[in-house]
Amino acid sequence: MEDLKKILIEHPFFKGLNEEYTSLIVGCASNIRADAGKMILREGEEANHFYLIRSGKVTLQLITPNKGPVIIETLDEGDILGWSWLVPPYTWHFDAKAVELTRMIALDGKCLRNKCENDHHLGYELLKRFADIMTKRLESTRLQLMDVYGDRP
Amino acid sequence: MATAPDLQSLKVDYKRNPMLPWPFQIRRVKRETEDTFTVELEPQGDLEEFPFLPGQFNMVYVFGVGEIPISISGDPANTRILIHTTRAVGTVTKAMDKMRRGDILGIRGPFGTPWPINQAGGKDVVFVAGGIGLAPLRPALYEVVTHREKYGKVVLLYGTRTPNDVLFRQELEHWRARFDLEIYVTVDRAMSGWRGNVGVVTNLISRAPFDPRNTMAFVCGPEVMMRFTSMELHKRGVDNEHIFVSMERNMKCAIGLCGHCQFGSFFVCKDGPVFRYSQIKDMLVKWEI
Repeated sequence: MEDLKKILIEHPFFKGLNEEYTSLIVGCASNIRADAGKMILREGEEANHFYLIRSGKVTLQLITPNKGPVIIETLDEGDILGWSWLVPPYTWHFDAKAVELTRMIALDGKCLRNKCENDHHLGYELLKRFADIMTKRLESTRLQLMDVYGDRP
Repeated sequence: MATAPDLQSLKVDYKRNPMLPWPFQIRRVKRETEDTFTVELEPQGDLEEFPFLPGQFNMVYVFGVGEIPISISGDPANTRILIHTTRAVGTVTKAMDKMRRGDILGIRGPFGTPWPINQAGGKDVVFVAGGIGLAPLRPALYEVVTHREKYGKVVLLYGTRTPNDVLFRQELEHWRARFDLEIYVTVDRAMSGWRGNVGVVTNLISRAPFDPRNTMAFVCGPEVMMRFTSMELHKRGVDNEHIFVSMERNMKCAIGLCGHCQFGSFFVCKDGPVFRYSQIKDMLVKWEI
């Protein structure tokens, strides 16, 4: 548990979170691993966790007719995977698959969701952090959508 | 295609006449991707060498078709072979794409400001390339690799559209195998067989191994990509004075006379193409410029 706490405290995502909340979050955390090729989450399934990737690589992908899975983004060491646990209807919107052996800390979103409802300060702290991730991913997606490499630089 | 000029009769002092295209013969054409190719050129007549600095460009003339600016993508240490890499997108580049070994191209140059690699000694060097923007950066990479001991960490972050659009694939693999170079490639989209990164190149900046307080960054790619990359580098802690970008405008005369490539108070052909980011940062967000 102490190891988990150390990892979480040192991670930029949890930077600045007070001792009480850190301890609470550690209580919702567990170490997991996914072997290469393993599906970590599937589109449409209930979203009850989010993951802090400690090592390895994960693809976010969408199944498309005729083409099969299209990779939207890859996440690796230090990245946070999943925010659908925080937003109704709490279902995954993408598949996530381990490209290689991936070690993660899984955080119980369902448990945290209830705690956030009861403690809005905790909820705000977490939302601020997820909003930052969402903003960055939105910016990246916008750049991807622009297809900037289609024309001459 | 127009007939090549009589090479034996060429005695014009090339250095003194920047408006005169000099004939170069195509020695080799190499297909890089579906729409991108590299031409290796040899100077003809009494011009034996063609020295240039990394980041400079030439005006490349397909006789009877037209003339366009293309950055030099070869090794500056090899002054006998001139190398250009381009994508077949316009009239001139599509005509170039049809040319073969032995054909003649007209070259004016080299023009413009170089990547200030000589100021990066002792510092970490970060190259960020987008799409075909890797081509104008390659001469600087050759320079750094050749004199590797002069620099701190050397990092290349390269983003392109799909795995099929990765340029200079063999060279990238060769560099990636070295322990003293950090090479990261990402693509905007890929099917499930791709084991590399997917996502925009700016995503790579936050975790790339370099010391932002002691780094010089060289960025080349589409203007939007350079803008976001420079902002991300700055966010990581790199001083705007130490970020350099290569601009592209409608270069015609290439010597600052015609005004076609005017960019605010600058002429890209003469004052650029390589600019310090701090010089042009505010102009990048003005659509009128």
